[in-house]
Amino acid sequence: MATRVGVVMFPGTNCEHDAVLAVQRLGASADIVWHGDTSVAGYDALVLPGGFAHGDYLRPGAIARFSPVMEAVGRFAAEGGPVVGICNGFQVLTEAGLLPGALQKNRGLRFLCTTVSVRVESSASVLTAGVPVGTELAIPINHFEGNYTCDRETLAVLRDEDRVVLRYVDNPNGSVDDIAGVCNGARNVVGLMPHPERASDPLLGSVDGAVLLGALLASAEPAAQATVA
Amino acid sequence: MASPERFSVLVEVHLRQGIADPQGATIERALPALGLGGVTGVRSGKAFRFDIAADDEASALALATVVADRLLANPVIEESAVTVAPAAVTGPTA
Repeated sequence: MATRVGVVMFPGTNCEHDAVLAVQRLGASADIVWHGDTSVAGYDALVLPGGFAHGDYLRPGAIARFSPVMEAVGRFAAEGGPVVGICNGFQVLTEAGLLPGALQKNRGLRFLCTTVSVRVESSASVLTAGVPVGTELAIPINHFEGNYTCDRETLAVLRDEDRVVLRYVDNPNGSVDDIAGVCNGARNVVGLMPHPERASDPLLGSVDGAVLLGALLASAEPAAQATVA
Repeated sequence: MASPERFSVLVEVHLRQGIADPQGATIERALPALGLGGVTGVRSGKAFRFDIAADDEASALALATVVADRLLANPVIEESAVTVAPAAVTGPTA
C-alpha cells in the first residue's frame, strides 16, 4: 500500500497542491487535511506546507498554532510520526513548540524569492535519512520571515545533538549559524525554509527537492508507523 | 453582588535585547535622510489595546498577562509589558 501523506491546510496556506503533487509523483498517496479537523488518523506522514496561515496575522504561525488540527499534529509527532514543516509550516511548528527557535524578518528586510544551495548537515532525520552529509541541493526559498534565531543555549543543544539538518551554503537571510532546517530531539519533526516541493520536476529547474521528499516517504513506511493512531 | 468592572489594557510587545531588529535599524538609518539627526536606539514593536471585565484590577492584570504570554508575544524573541487601568467612562450616557 502506498504511503499516505496528509498535507495540512490552514486558511491562507498556498502550497498545498504543490506538496500533494510532489509526493504523489514519488509514489505516495496524499490528501489535504483541513485545519479544523481534529484527527490525522490513517496518515503515515504529515506535511505543513507554505503560505500565510491565517494571514500571518500577529506573527507567522501564531494563530495557526491554535487551529484544532494542531492538537492532532502534536499527538502524531509525540508518537513518532514524521512531520515536516515547509516555510510557513516551519513557522507554525516553532510557534506550536514542536521545534525550537523562531523565524524573524530577513536581515536586509527583503522578501526573498530565489533558488539557494543548501547542504545536508545530518542524515539522522525523517527528511534526510539516507542522504549523505555534505550533499548540496538547489532548492527555492520564498519568504520574508525566514531568519532563524534561537538563544545561545538552544543553539548549543542543536549543534551538540546534531539537529541542524540543513545549512545555507551562502546565507541569504541572516539565519543564525546559517541554519536552513532543524529537527526535534526525536528527529521525526523537521522544519525548513526552502521549498523542496518546488524543486521536484525538471520543468521547475531542479529535482533536488525530491531527494528530501523521497527520504521523508522512506521514513514514513507504514510498517514503521504501525502504532501511530 | 457587585458586577464586574471594566479595565483598559495596553500590551506592548518588543523584540528581546540581542534579537536583531531590522525594522528599527532601517527606521534609524532613514532619519538622517529626513534631516532628523541625533536619534539612536530605535526599536520597533507592537501595541495592543483591549478591555477586560473583572472583579478587580489584580484579576484583570492576571488575565491580560496570560493573553500577552500565550498569544501576543513569542517568548523566544519577544518581551511584553502589560499596563492595566480602570476603563474611562466614554460615549453618550443612556
